[in-house]
Amino acid sequence: MAKQRIVVVGNGMVGHHFISQLHKSHSDEYEIITFCEESRLAYDRVMLTSYYTGNSADDLAMTTPEQYDEMGVKYYLNQEVISIDPQAKSVTSSGGDIISYDKLVLATGSYPFVPPVPGKDQEHIHVYRTLDDLDAIAESAKDSTVGVVIGGGLLGLEAANAIKQLGLKTHVVEFAPRLMAVQLDQGGGDLLRQKINTLGVEVHTEKNTKEIVAGETCKYRMNFADGSFLETDTIVFSAGIRPRDNLARAADLQLGERGGISINNQCQTSDADIYSIGECALWDNKIFGLVAPGYNMAKAAVSHITGGDKEFAGADMSTKLKLLGVEVASIGDAHANTPNSQTYSFIDTATGIYKKIVMDESGKILLGAVMVGDSSDYGQWLQMVLNKIELTHPPEYLLLPEAEGESGGSSAGIDALPDSAQICSCLDITKGELNEAVAAGATDISALKSCTGAGTGCGGCVPLVTQVMNAQLSKLGVSIDSSLCRHFKYSRTELYDIIRVKNIRSFNALLDDCGAGEGCEICKPAVGSMLASLWNEHVLEDELIGLQDTNDNFLGNMQKNGTYSIVPRIPGGEITPDHLILIGQVAKEYNLYTKITGGQRIDLFGAQIHQLPAIWKRFVDAGLETGHAYGKSLRTVKSCVGNTWCRYGVQDSTSMAILIEQRYRGIRSPHKVKMAVSGCARECAEAQSKDFGIIATDNGWNLYVCGNGGMRPRHADLFASDIDDATLLRYIDIIFMFYVRTADRLQRTSVWMESLEGGLDYLKEVVMEDKLGINDELLAQMEHLIDTYQCEWKTTIETPEKLKRFSHYINSSKADDNIIFGTVRDQISPSEKALELATEL
Amino acid sequence: MTTTTKTNWIDICQLQDIPRNTGVCADLQGTQVAIFHIQPRNLEGVSQIKAVSNFDPFARANVLSRGLITELDDKYRIASPLLKQQFCLDTGICEQDESVSISTFESRIHNGFVQLKEVS
Ligand code: SRM
Ligand SMILES: Cc1cc2nc3c(=O)[nH]c(=O)nc-3n(C[C@H](O)[C@H](O)[C@H](O)COP(=O)(O)OP(=O)(O)OC[C@H]3O[C@@H](n4cnc5c(N)ncnc54)[C@H](O)[C@@H]3O)c2cc1C
Ligand code: SF4
Ligand code: FES
Repeated sequence: MAKQRIVVVGNGMVGHHFISQLHKSHSDEYEIITFCEESRLAYDRVMLTSYYTGNSADDLAMTTPEQYDEMGVKYYLNQEVISIDPQAKSVTSSGGDIISYDKLVLATGSYPFVPPVPGKDQEHIHVYRTLDDLDAIAESAKDSTVGVVIGGGLLGLEAANAIKQLGLKTHVVEFAPRLMAVQLDQGGGDLLRQKINTLGVEVHTEKNTKEIVAGETCKYRMNFADGSFLETDTIVFSAGIRPRDNLARAADLQLGERGGISINNQCQTSDADIYSIGECALWDNKIFGLVAPGYNMAKAAVSHITGGDKEFAGADMSTKLKLLGVEVASIGDAHANTPNSQTYSFIDTATGIYKKIVMDESGKILLGAVMVGDSSDYGQWLQMVLNKIELTHPPEYLLLPEAEGESGGSSAGIDALPDSAQICSCLDITKGELNEAVAAGATDISALKSCTGAGTGCGGCVPLVTQVMNAQLSKLGVSIDSSLCRHFKYSRTELYDIIRVKNIRSFNALLDDCGAGEGCEICKPAVGSMLASLWNEHVLEDELIGLQDTNDNFLGNMQKNGTYSIVPRIPGGEITPDHLILIGQVAKEYNLYTKITGGQRIDLFGAQIHQLPAIWKRFVDAGLETGHAYGKSLRTVKSCVGNTWCRYGVQDSTSMAILIEQRYRGIRSPHKVKMAVSGCARECAEAQSKDFGIIATDNGWNLYVCGNGGMRPRHADLFASDIDDATLLRYIDIIFMFYVRTADRLQRTSVWMESLEGGLDYLKEVVMEDKLGINDELLAQMEHLIDTYQCEWKTTIETPEKLKRFSHYINSSKADDNIIFGTVRDQISPSEKALELATEL
Repeated sequence: MTTTTKTNWIDICQLQDIPRNTGVCADLQGTQVAIFHIQPRNLEGVSQIKAVSNFDPFARANVLSRGLITELDDKYRIASPLLKQQFCLDTGICEQDESVSISTFESRIHNGFVQLKEVS
């Protein structure tokens, strides 16, 4: 018997999901053909905006032509289906092909709605839906300075973020009185607006665009119904989406009153052989503008076609996202539409957090919630809504951060969920399915992800998936494997204690004591760092060299062409003219690229391995020291000028920064550590983004801890206020050493603190109340490290033995002839030519 | 008639010039060769030498001798100091992408000297 032929119109996210689901379960039984109007097969539209921040079209692709070929799926790119003949059971494409089908699946998605504003059809006026749209917007941005997004909904704000990233002065124009009117209530909308305003995006609500005409200062002027206007060069319409139901309409399939292809629970349209799924489908008079419900429809349709009984039963429209860096979430009945429901809200204008919960009549069941500024409770609350879990505490406990711990820690929350609770909404994975997978051997998060698919969509459920996994693991009596790597069956903290207590001095001695094999890229540097944190021997001791990454090994950061950078320490950013001149002279003599770093000091790039000792000798002779830019150790202590010069300063922040930098320089830690000291609350040193941030007060210092910038910025937490110099140093000593002792490898202080059970409060107890009784020991350890400090470069230069390694060849004094520099803005630059030559080798 | 070309072993440096479990770069008739001195724990005092190309095909720079030596199941690899890909020190094959490999060179320890075989 010939295979049944399934034709899928539209190869968007949902059409593709349908194809891959059908292929996964019944690969041999069907012939699959898909039409794709865009020039690419399905890509991740949800992540569309990341196209501007580093993801290429290939990164976003959900499949490739090769993969479809391999699966035996036939596809037509750049071809639109232009009509359906339900009687003949065939479709006609824009390329003129007529293809018959046994079953037809309409997955045509939706199109952006553009209101009929006069002047809308001009250059530089766009919509925000496809990769091609994004290319066109980026092209317009090139000669624009101002951009406007029309529409302050979820997508509009995302588009605003995108054009802001393109460097335009950004405005959002909204017809309704608040932003994200569908998801947020007025309180949430107002706070979001405030937050977005402070980011430099201007929000204009209750503006009805009447016409777009030529502008005076910009390309266009938008005239609003209330008489006001706005000038702009680029416009992006994001005024809502409409289902693409024109094909279905022409084929006389049943549509909703306001559009959308009507479907039943099996996702069949009014013609039993035609299915419809995704954003074009209308179920129970509802359109679902999210990808997860679309995936569920795809599953239901696959199930029905293949004789299964899975049905589509509607979907929860709760959402959690980050818009312009602001966390926003809405769950369930966010507008309190349920009769007799009660609402509670919490506003903290200082930190910009707004939360509202909607409870049922009894005050025991959570029905919905709105969050702006902090959506960390999203996963927990969503589960409470979906599973109607009864609260054990009065509802206000949910809102008060302090009380949260009491309302049942996270694992209690997980245990309360039934097995049917959906944990990953993107891929529809329940707690029961996760538990089964864990029991069957998926005992770490990556295994669990790849065998269940959970967490591979938006990724938002990963924390919850991890909690479920850990809860199940401990239920199964499996201890969570925290081995450092294949060579050591201990965690970093355990190894640190072993080394400390048994006084182990070398990697081999540690392997002999409790390891196996010879070591790898994970354990070698980790143990090297621990040995240094404890015994503080020179890093170029023979026994230690082989443990370190090249940066530590040659006391410089290796650059892309194999040369190194040179960063002398400039404590607190303060430098004498003589030192500045010397740095300039040396840079000139050796022809090094020179740049001021983000850490208030100077980086010299392009030094070759054989030049390092001579260059450093010049610096060391003049009293400059290594800046440890290469080490997982203290980097810089930034400062502001403080009360010595600044009219606002209340303490001498520069002196404090220098004192601190000199105190902690060279101390090896699990990851790098950065500090800063500001002279008053204006915070010019940006101390609150550092591992240790110190801000002067009239009475002393405020100490902030565990902040960082980088990939996942975290604001530091206030640890103590108005403390004096001695207390400040004492606190930093203890926290720093406690971090060195207990953090995981390559864990910044921020993640470390979040992983401590009890978090900041616990850390305070340890430091201020000596809860663990180890403070004296930590202080002694710190004193040892401070006393044994040496400038690694000074020692190296003074030890001829150690200098032998600083040569490109062991058997020749030649330099690496592959290092060639070009010139950019009057300085050297790693030459592309050199790279070309190198590929020919 | 057959011709035999005699290939010679070339002295590079003394074994003790390469600290244990680290590497150096040697100039072998104009080619950059990364040489590693490996001394497993259980063979205290017994050294092995392994030699591969010094050129990192991913980062396109001559840096492999300055990488970190790793061991797993008795197989030794060198992790590039730049982008961290690992290459097997016996076969030259890249762990992360088997379609990429680097050349390997014959090497030995002879009378306390590290030697590479001349390329003919
Ligand atoms: C030179 C410098 C950029 C510049 O031109 O200004 C720089 C350069 C590098 N940074 Fe940075 N960072 C520099 C300031 C920063 C800052 C700003 C600051 O310190 O105030 C940050 C954000 C603040 C923070 O760390 O919390 C920063 C966050 C990072 C991160 C992300 C860390 C994170 O926790 O997410 C990395 C990656 C890592 O460490 O794993 C990184 C890694 C690097 C490395 C080491 C990447 C590498 O492995 O090659 C760069 C090499 C430095 C070199 O070759 O000398 N760099 N880097 C800055 C040196 C400051 C200094 O004087 O020491
Ligand atoms: C910027 C942006 C951000 C988003 N963020 C989120 C988010 O965070 N979370 C979330 O859940 N959802 C989000 N969405 C929505 C999500 O992308 C959609 O719900 C999802 O893509 C719908 O999938 P679909 O397959 O139904 O439609 P689409 O992905 O639109 O695919 C339909 C495809 O069919 C093609 N087509 C239409 N008609 C024809 C025809 N006649 N012949 C051939 N091909 C045709 C179209 O060109 C299109 O390629 C976002 C959307 C955008 C634009
Ligand atoms: S933080 Fe205060 S003291 Fe320091 S420079 Fe800024 S305004 Fe002046
Ligand atoms: S909820 Fe999006 S990946 Fe799980």
